[in-house]
Amino acid sequence: MFKKLAELFLTFAKVGVMTFGGGYAMLPILQREIVESKGWATEEELADYFAIGQCTPGVIAVNTATFIGRKKDGIPGGVCATLGVVFPSIVIISLLAGVITAFSELAWVKNAFAGVRVCVCVLIGNAVWKLGKKSVVDPWTAALFALIAAGAILTSWSPVVFVLFAALCGVVLKVLLHVPGKDGASK
Amino acid sequence: MILLRLFWEFFQTGLFAVGGGMATLPFLYDISDRTGWFTHAQLADMVAVSESTPGPIGVNMATYVGFLTAGIGGAVVATLGLIAPSILVILLISVFLDKFRDSRLVNAAFYGLRPASTAMILAALVLVVKATFLPNGLAVPDWRLLVLAAVLLALTNAVKQTKKLHPIVFILGSAVVGALLRLAE
Repeated sequence: MFKKLAELFLTFAKVGVMTFGGGYAMLPILQREIVESKGWATEEELADYFAIGQCTPGVIAVNTATFIGRKKDGIPGGVCATLGVVFPSIVIISLLAGVITAFSELAWVKNAFAGVRVCVCVLIGNAVWKLGKKSVVDPWTAALFALIAAGAILTSWSPVVFVLFAALCGVVLKVLLHVPGKDGASK
Repeated sequence: MILLRLFWEFFQTGLFAVGGGMATLPFLYDISDRTGWFTHAQLADMVAVSESTPGPIGVNMATYVGFLTAGIGGAVVATLGLIAPSILVILLISVFLDKFRDSRLVNAAFYGLRPASTAMILAALVLVVKATFLPNGLAVPDWRLLVLAAVLLALTNAVKQTKKLHPIVFILGSAVVGALLRLAE
């Protein structure tokens, strides 16, 4: 048990170190480390976790780590994965705290991060494409995708509104109208 | 005593900030006004620094503010306070999900939730793209950034030898390119 929890902690610490630019930048790293390398979750489950993470309190990266850890090794797993993902932040920020403003003003740091930001855009774009292939599976889900994307880009409504609306649409389509095709079941 | 207060302040932030790291900002401004533990200017610095250090932005902010207030112990306590509500809420939801995994209703809800989740990540990407390619309200993007983006798109999707490489390789490579070409200037 200890070994499994240590593996969860270390894997998520690795994800934390490699996440530059906020929670969404974690998505491509999670796809590589958790879905492809370890097989601890599927692409569909990642989409589920991000959906729930966006409308529940707290930082999305933390919510996702708790989900995956809990799924793999129960409640201790959820706690260990979460502590793992925040561990590098605590170490790095505490080390830099004294010089932190000076650090972000350094010319080479600014230049390097201008490059990193471009890369993060491309990686998130690829991640969205991958998720889209698994979540947009028929004309209904394509329409819902377009609708929510337009809503989220053009309005400043809370994600809670979109998530509740989408869940309701899913229920109406599947249960009331009996839309055929693959179910949303995640195994 | 200060540690207990730190934990409590960040616990509330973690509980009420919905929608990711940036959603914690208004709460942090509020803490700053009420406690005087840190200034608005320090918070603004921290947003910039969070974007140039690894880790989720919300977590970095909590760690930094905790450190300013009470050293290493403060950093740890503030971060634990921020993540405690998430852990509790998500554990509850995931236990509930396990129980109803085979329910038709829950599966139907996820059928609709998945495309929505992807769409909201796309919307977040639009904001990141704007901030990256058109910083400070620039009207025309720097062509070097566009070239870098095109090269990265090709390397991560089309070129057989490189597309299976770990994402961190591209991130570090882009950092080097950025520093060498002075991409921020």
